[in-house]
Amino acid sequence: MSEWRLYEVFVRSKHGLNHKHVGSVHAADAEMAMENARDLYTRRNEGVSIWVVPSDTITASASDEKEVLFDPSEDKVYRHASFYKLPDEVGHM
Amino acid sequence: MYAQLVETGAKRLKTKEEMSPEERDFQEKVDAETKIEPKNWMPEGYRKTLIRQISQHAHSEVVGMLPEGNWVTRAPTLKRKLQLMAKIQDEAGHGLYLYSAMETLGADRDEEIEKLHQGKAKYSSIFNYPTLNWADMGAVGWLVDGAAIVNQVVLQRTSYGPYSRAMIRICKEESFHQRQGYQILLDMMREGTEEQKAMVQDAINRLWWPALMMFGPHDDESPNSQQSMAWKIKRKSNDELRQMFIDQTVPQLEFLGCTAPDPDLKWNEETGHYDFGEINWQEFYDVLKGNGPCNRERIKTRKNAIDEGAWVREAAVAYAEKQKQRAQAA
Repeated sequence: MSEWRLYEVFVRSKHGLNHKHVGSVHAADAEMAMENARDLYTRRNEGVSIWVVPSDTITASASDEKEVLFDPSEDKVYRHASFYKLPDEVGHM
Repeated sequence: MYAQLVETGAKRLKTKEEMSPEERDFQEKVDAETKIEPKNWMPEGYRKTLIRQISQHAHSEVVGMLPEGNWVTRAPTLKRKLQLMAKIQDEAGHGLYLYSAMETLGADRDEEIEKLHQGKAKYSSIFNYPTLNWADMGAVGWLVDGAAIVNQVVLQRTSYGPYSRAMIRICKEESFHQRQGYQILLDMMREGTEEQKAMVQDAINRLWWPALMMFGPHDDESPNSQQSMAWKIKRKSNDELRQMFIDQTVPQLEFLGCTAPDPDLKWNEETGHYDFGEINWQEFYDVLKGNGPCNRERIKTRKNAIDEGAWVREAAVAYAEKQKQRAQAA
């Protein structure tokens, strides 16, 4: 219901893995958001842990910021291990 | 199809030359199968058409709970009752995944639901038919969810990211629906009395044509369909999807030992597909316009659910407010 706050839902599918965004729910408060998220996104053992976060508290990068934010890393090939060629004799490093 | 007729506002397709640089950039992304995400630029027509399509799809899931809800208290065994409730709960979930995908386009959930209640938004024509006997629960699961799967499997590749991801989740859950439906019919045909077997055939006779109508009218030539295809929010024509459904369903029908109410239905060796008779399109448009057997009842039930549940929502808000104040006071 739109009169209720929107929450984004993140689910950890099993121990040792990250929480991953799965969708959103509306709820009157965080406790209800948690219950709704459980009913909506984990009906078939999809998770072992849930986060719910009010959507309006998330700051997201805009699509027109893509170049500003991510282009600078494109010309820094020396940040990747594959940039450094080792002689075969050195073996695996 | 759950969204049978979606207006795109297009009279014809724009050529690349007629497009603005932004539109061209957008179309190239779509052509390259790059998913469009909520924050990306998109043509207004794309956004509006998607809101219409996804909301129709969501409304169909929600209204689709009603014909089955009638049978929860009448299910023959506890096992069947649990299965039916799980299926209905999934449909509520599918509606919610879709409403949430729709909201990423800037649409308001309450407003779209209000449009449904005012008769301004469509939902699948199939849910305006009554479910008269227990075999209908089997036939609905097998035929109606079966038709929905054919449509939804291709929509997993739709160009809009949130819609595509909702479809992937939905498809994972949907095959349980179809199997449980088919099993109801199989059990009735294998172990049932003559009367129960006759119920199965009766359910198929009534639901066969409405299930074929789910894919919508012939649309190969329609500008709406061409626009939706170019935007990749529709991936195959209505007739292609209908043919796929028939080809995969007829062998299952024969295995049941039942028949379809279509004298023209037969295997065509040359085309490698089943031929079938012409759909009664007058009936389709009548049902879509609101004059099917159950249209008024479905909308009335929906409205009642909202109106009679108002106090629950108000109580939840009051409780949340109280908890907040307590936390602040402490």
